[in-house]
Amino acid sequence: MEDKTFVEDIDRSLYDFRNEDADAYRLKDGLTEEIVLQISEEKNDPEWMRQLRLRSLKLYNEIAFPEWGPSIEGLDIDHIATYVRKNTKLADNWDEVPEEIKDTFEKLGIPQAERKSLAGVGAQYDSELVYHNVKDDVAKQGVVYSDIESALHGEYADLIKDRFMKLIPPNDHKFAALHGAVWSGGSFVYVPKGVKVDIPLQSYFRLNAKGAGQFEHTLIIVEEGADLHFIEGCSAPKYNVANLHAGCVELYVGKGARLRYSTIENWSRNMYNLNSKRAVVEEGGRIEWVSGSFGSHISYLYPMSILKGDDSSMEFTGISFANTDQNLDTGAKVVHMGRNTSSYINTKSISKGGGVCTFRSAVRIDRSAEGSKSSVSCESLMLDSISRSDTIPAMDIRTNKTDVGHEAQIGRISDETVFYLMSRGLSEEDAKALIVSGFADNVSKELPLEYAIEMNNLIRLEMKGSIG
Amino acid sequence: MDNNMLTVNNLHVNAGKAEILRGVDLVIGADETHVLMGPNGTGKSTLGYAIMGSPQYEITEGSIIFDGADITKEPANARAARGIFLSFQNPPDVPGVTLSAFIRSALENISGQRVKLWDYKKKLKETMQLLDMDESYAERDLNVGFSGGEKKKAEILQLLMLEPKFAILDETDSGLDVDAVRIVSSGISEYRKRCRGSLLVITHSTGILSSLRVDRTHVMIDGVIAKSGDASLVDEINANGYSQETDV
Repeated sequence: MEDKTFVEDIDRSLYDFRNEDADAYRLKDGLTEEIVLQISEEKNDPEWMRQLRLRSLKLYNEIAFPEWGPSIEGLDIDHIATYVRKNTKLADNWDEVPEEIKDTFEKLGIPQAERKSLAGVGAQYDSELVYHNVKDDVAKQGVVYSDIESALHGEYADLIKDRFMKLIPPNDHKFAALHGAVWSGGSFVYVPKGVKVDIPLQSYFRLNAKGAGQFEHTLIIVEEGADLHFIEGCSAPKYNVANLHAGCVELYVGKGARLRYSTIENWSRNMYNLNSKRAVVEEGGRIEWVSGSFGSHISYLYPMSILKGDDSSMEFTGISFANTDQNLDTGAKVVHMGRNTSSYINTKSISKGGGVCTFRSAVRIDRSAEGSKSSVSCESLMLDSISRSDTIPAMDIRTNKTDVGHEAQIGRISDETVFYLMSRGLSEEDAKALIVSGFADNVSKELPLEYAIEMNNLIRLEMKGSIG
Repeated sequence: MDNNMLTVNNLHVNAGKAEILRGVDLVIGADETHVLMGPNGTGKSTLGYAIMGSPQYEITEGSIIFDGADITKEPANARAARGIFLSFQNPPDVPGVTLSAFIRSALENISGQRVKLWDYKKKLKETMQLLDMDESYAERDLNVGFSGGEKKKAEILQLLMLEPKFAILDETDSGLDVDAVRIVSSGISEYRKRCRGSLLVITHSTGILSSLRVDRTHVMIDGVIAKSGDASLVDEINANGYSQETDV
């Protein structure tokens, strides 16, 4: 049974096409002060940003690699190109985007998605944003959705200076330092007080260049009483050398505001996804994370929520699917500071074909957070006996006036259920895919329809050839 | 060719290393209802599972012929496509998959054709009314949190929606109250009326048979059919128990 269940390779052609990057501007591999200064110059950084890059580089050289997670030995930063750009300018009209890049995003369904159901779209190709557009009526309400580089010289320059890498400082960990030194691209979103953006904004990241890194920075500020849903999608073609993604996402959720941040990540199997995401929530505010991790070779991903204000809340819904040669170390962190704050973490993980899923949760409830509640639930499904699933919950509770719960379940697909579904006409493969989709259902319900469909397609793709 | 729907020849079946069925012979004709009785643990359910094609059971000898084709080695979904149906004694929970979506998917798999949503919803609703099932069950996760009775009704609902040529009902009446037995039983006679499908009813009691015309009754003991007779055998067993048959 194991032999048959083990899937060597599956058809990922939908995501796996690649473009020749002959005309790209590419800084040489590795990381030196010279390269960092070159990026800074290329991007016309303000002086403070140039200093931040240099300080980050110094920290990067001082901080050790993490040793508690999956091995990142295969990642040799000296052979990762930190900056790759097509010879193109940022466009706000789809027709102006170069054919080849347009073709890439069209295959991924980005412009259709915009036409259908989004308030705005950004598309990043390698290190730079190539397309950005926000619907007129949304812009008229004062909503800003732009690339970070131009925002650094615009109306909100001071605000950005005040918030940039303040939630995730460069000394946080080695890859935060790396990000600080070489970040490029990403989005700045500002939603003014009281504005409710009723359809989502979306950003899509595509890393095409071989052996390159993507270090986009996403900074979102949702002011008091405002409401936003932001979606990010990521993919890359597969190469036989390592690619690196070390983005940073910093989210500021104001008093009584709500931000929903959804991610469907489908990086190729040579990607090291070492991404940092953090949100701070003011009084009565709410952060909702929806996170689907399907791709990458190695992932370290633990979005963190700081519930600073009283009565603030967070909800994290996540799913990871690790197949052959994937080690996905994911989870969520929350720090309760304000009183009567609440957190709800609900994750599912699926491992198959020797894939490894590790779920880490860290809940900290400060002494100041009386009356707070936290609930963590983690369910894992292992599709064969060569795969692995671990759950590592950590809790640091500093007041006894709280209500904290944790539950974990690890299961396998039951033969009886597969037979039941087959007795109603489904093939073994379809029966298993249906069971897995059903397992993931409470996550797909949280996603916008197109993404729920994409997630189900991904599950179906991963389940191909799973006859055991 | 004969008129037989199902022919089981000298069927030997193992579960793990233990031999459960030790040479079962059974012939069920088109449009016939057969009853299979017998003490617990004699292999009645195993026969149902083996006919449906459960990989848990290994056929070591003998054959199963359905509608003229040898299906002994076919997977369960191929058998379903030929028109075999098994109503499970304890259908498993399938979280995240609604009853309605599931039956539609099953129909599409069996027929190989798209099922029109509008017509489907209409038929599903009517059939659920027939079984006195609350409409809300259509959008609930398959069997999750269903009571014993609702699970059995959901099985009969699938029988009526999928319209197989031959159905095995594995203790569909067990654990049901009188009203539920009556409803399930009328669902089964509706199936007979609508599809003229053959039935193999595995049961301990007569309640479920009240609205059916029984053609043959079989008693299974220790993995073989120990005795067969007409409908009157059911009453005989209910009066005297199985002890008499063991001596056959």
